Amino acid sequence: MASQSANLDTETLWGGKESPFQTSYGKLMMWFFLVSDALTFSGLLVAYGFTRHDTLEAWPIGEETFNSLPGLGHGFPLIYVALMTFILIVSSVTMVLAVEAGHRMDKKGVVKWMIATIIGGFFFLGSQAWEWSHFIHGSEFGKVELADGSQAIVKGHFGEIESFTVTEAGTHHKKGDVIKEDLMHTFQHAAEKGHINNGIIELHDGSKASIKKAKDDHLKLIIKKDGKSYTVGKEIEGKKAEDLYYSAIYSGEENRVIYGANLNKNEYGPQQYGQFFFFITGFHGFHVFSGVLINILILIGVMRGVYHKRGHYEMVEKTGLYWHFVDLVWVFVFTFFYLI
Amino acid sequence: MERDDLIEYSLNGHHSDDEGKLIRKKIWKVTILLTAITVLEVALGAYIKQSSGAWPYVKWSFVALTLLKAGYIVMVFMHLGDEKKWLRNVVLIPYALFIMYLIFIALWEALAVGDAWMGA
Repeated sequence: MASQSANLDTETLWGGKESPFQTSYGKLMMWFFLVSDALTFSGLLVAYGFTRHDTLEAWPIGEETFNSLPGLGHGFPLIYVALMTFILIVSSVTMVLAVEAGHRMDKKGVVKWMIATIIGGFFFLGSQAWEWSHFIHGSEFGKVELADGSQAIVKGHFGEIESFTVTEAGTHHKKGDVIKEDLMHTFQHAAEKGHINNGIIELHDGSKASIKKAKDDHLKLIIKKDGKSYTVGKEIEGKKAEDLYYSAIYSGEENRVIYGANLNKNEYGPQQYGQFFFFITGFHGFHVFSGVLINILILIGVMRGVYHKRGHYEMVEKTGLYWHFVDLVWVFVFTFFYLI
Repeated sequence: MERDDLIEYSLNGHHSDDEGKLIRKKIWKVTILLTAITVLEVALGAYIKQSSGAWPYVKWSFVALTLLKAGYIVMVFMHLGDEKKWLRNVVLIPYALFIMYLIFIALWEALAVGDAWMGA
C-alpha cells in the first residue's frame, strides 16, 4: 500500500509532502461530516435521556409499547423492531460487500450488492412507515384515567363491537336503526369526547344508541401514574379490571381515555415521549431516505461505468460510510428507545 | 478543481481476489455476530421485566452490547480499523471526550431537576 505514495503528484499531496492521514480528501471530509452528524444524534439521544431522568411519571416500557406484528396482532414484544434492526444490519453487510467488490474493480459485483442494499433500505423505510402508523393509531383500549385519578395502560384482547342500535332519534338516524359501519372509530371518538354515558353512545348527529359488543378477553390494567388508591406498577386483572375500565370509558366525562399518539398527547406515557419518538426516529428515517437516494445516484454512476473509468470505486466506499453510519445510529436508537 | 478523477490515495484501497476472499469471510463472521447480539438483546428485553431484580444488570449489559456492536460496525464495516492510526484518533477521541462529558452533565442535571420536581 505504501508503495503508491512515491508516485503521487504535489497536487494530490495538498501542496505538502504527504497528506496527513494518507487518505483522499473526499473520504476525510466524509469522516468529518459523520462526526458532526454523530454529535447531532448524540445530542438528541442525550436530551431524551435528560427528559426521561427528570420525569416523575412512569416512562413507557419498550416491550409493552411495541409488541405488535403486521397482520398478527399483539403479543410479540420487540420482535418487529428486532426485524427492522436485522434488515438494516443486512443492508449494511450488502453495502460493505459492494465496497469490497469495488476494491477488486468488479463492476458486476458492485452493481449486484448495491441493488441489494437499496432494496434493504426500502424495506426499512416501509417498516418504519408501518411502525409510525401503528404508533399514531394506538391500541384498541387506549390509556385510561381511573376513578381514583391514577392512569393505566390496558392489555388484552378487545371484544369486537358488533353494532349500535339507535334508541333516540337524531337529525340523521331514526329510532331502531342498526348501525354497522365505522364502529371502532365512532366508539373511540365518542369515548375520548365523553359522549358515552352509562353504555349509551351519543352519535355525531345527536342520536343516542346502545352498544352491542363482544366481551373482552384477559383484560389487564397496568398503572402508569399514581392515584389515590393505586400506585405505579400495580396490575389489575379480571372482573375488577373490567369494572374500572368501563366505568371510566362509559362515564360521560371528557379526556378519560386517550387513543394513539400525536405531538400533544399519547397513550404510552409522558407527552415528551411521543415528541422524542417522532423526532428521533423521524430524523433517522430521513437519513435512511436520503441514504437510499444517494445509493441510487451512485448505482447509476456505477452502471454507466463512471468509476470504472476513474480507476477506483471510492465513491461507493464514501456513500458506504454514510450508509453504515445510518445503521450505527439505529443501533443506538434501538437500545435507548426500545430496549432500556 | 475536480479531485476525484486523480490517481491518488484512493488506489490504496485496491486488493487482490485472494485478499478479497479473506475480507468477505470476516464480513460474514461479523454479520453473524451482530445478528446474534441483536437476538440476545431482544430475548433479554422480552423476558426480563424492568421490575425484576436482575434488570440493572440487563440494562448495563444492553449498553455494553450496543458499544460492542457499534465497535464492529465502525472498525470493520466502515474500515476505520484499517485507516491510519491518527485518522482513527482524530475521529474517535474528540467525539468520545465530548459525548462522555455531555452524558455525564445532562443525566446528573436531570436527576437534580427530577428531585426538584418532587419538591420535597
